[in-house]
Amino acid sequence: MAGDAVKLLGAWPSPFVMRAQIALNLKSVGYEFLEETLGTKSQLLLQSNPVHKKIPVLIHGDKLVCESLIIVQYIDEVWSSGPGMLPSDLYDRATARFWAAYIDDKWFPSLIGIAKAQDDGAKKAAIEQVSEILAVLEDAFTKCSKGKTFFGGDRVGYLDIAFGCFLGWLRVTEKMNGVELISRSKTPQLAQWAERFCADPAVKDVMPETDKLAEFAKVLFAKFKNPPSQ
Amino acid sequence: METVKLYGAWPSPYSCRVIWALKLKGIPFEYIEEDLYNKSPQLLQYNPVYNKIPVLVHGGRPICESMVILEYLDEKWPQQPLLPTDPYERAEARFWVKFAEDKGLSIRMIYRTEGEKQEKARRDALEMLTILEEHGLNGKKKFFGGDNINIVDIAFGWIAHWMGVIEEITGVKLVEGNKFPLLKAWMHNFKEVSLINENLPNREKMVAFFRTRRSLILSAAWHPDFGFISRR
Repeated sequence: MAGDAVKLLGAWPSPFVMRAQIALNLKSVGYEFLEETLGTKSQLLLQSNPVHKKIPVLIHGDKLVCESLIIVQYIDEVWSSGPGMLPSDLYDRATARFWAAYIDDKWFPSLIGIAKAQDDGAKKAAIEQVSEILAVLEDAFTKCSKGKTFFGGDRVGYLDIAFGCFLGWLRVTEKMNGVELISRSKTPQLAQWAERFCADPAVKDVMPETDKLAEFAKVLFAKFKNPPSQ
Repeated sequence: METVKLYGAWPSPYSCRVIWALKLKGIPFEYIEEDLYNKSPQLLQYNPVYNKIPVLVHGGRPICESMVILEYLDEKWPQQPLLPTDPYERAEARFWVKFAEDKGLSIRMIYRTEGEKQEKARRDALEMLTILEEHGLNGKKKFFGGDNINIVDIAFGWIAHWMGVIEEITGVKLVEGNKFPLLKAWMHNFKEVSLINENLPNREKMVAFFRTRRSLILSAAWHPDFGFISRR
């Protein structure tokens, strides 16, 4: 089963797609990347993910796996030789799953909240909320890393992937709003972690350059500020 | 064996999920009932991020979020498995669990809102139930888990018992007439499982509880993230 061809349906700016790419890279699994054209959904996507019609979709032989963190866990379980992406201790695994869910449920909406803010007051409040969440995650890093380099310990793991995929967008948000969100003064551990994560061999070729992402963001955020009229 | 404690609340479907899983696996546990309007200091200490039940405490260490708890229980006590062993089947099961979590919110929003917001929630909920009927239940045996219930059945358990209460309190009907035959059959089968049947909160009590809670929510003394804002 592990030998079947692997394809990943995705788009270069998507942090969720990046999660799957990092996981495949960590396991040294070769794959074909099928780039979705932004603004349209291909027939393949609509057929592969009929429920949500969203990327990423992992196509492994004849199997279709949807939802980024589910894909990461699938990759971890299929290509199971070598170190796992989740901690081996069961309590630490539960902790990693808890924080990964927090990233999706709290972190991601808060980051998007800055882009969606319609005026300066809303923007300030959104930035404040992101900072509060980063303070929580700084604390989570201490507990999860137990003095090591990554959330997962010595190596990039599940929670590093779950959160680290947003670093490109976080840098773009900082640049566009003239703020520091992750910094050596406010979040020293996350600042160090971010550098190491982005430099990791499994990450560095799939993390988009901040400038390229910023250009893309300008187009995307214009859509948020001027939603299509009814 | 280290002690297992569950901090829960009788009306909560999330709390029930954990009770069902613990009983399915035959794991002895101590249950601590939390008053949702007056949460204990222990609960707030064990769940500083969300201040919510359920919280499982195993050997003094807390685990929060019902589906995280269920995966932990399944790994620690592999008997009566909640997840399949095959990685692809596990991915499918996790997909539907996530669907239950993300899309199930629409039914809760029917309960938490009125007017236009409630109408939108109703449309979202119908869309969710349609997808469940056509993609989730189509071709399935008696349960998502086949002949026996699994983690997906447990994740959707609130539809079987809580959705009807929401329909009654709000007057918003979702599953009526000939609609959703597969879902209706699944709901019936799920509640017939003796383990489930014996561990469901009393329906009359639920109607009274949720009716009162809905009026409090609508009276603006409630925040979607913080719950009742008397604490903050």
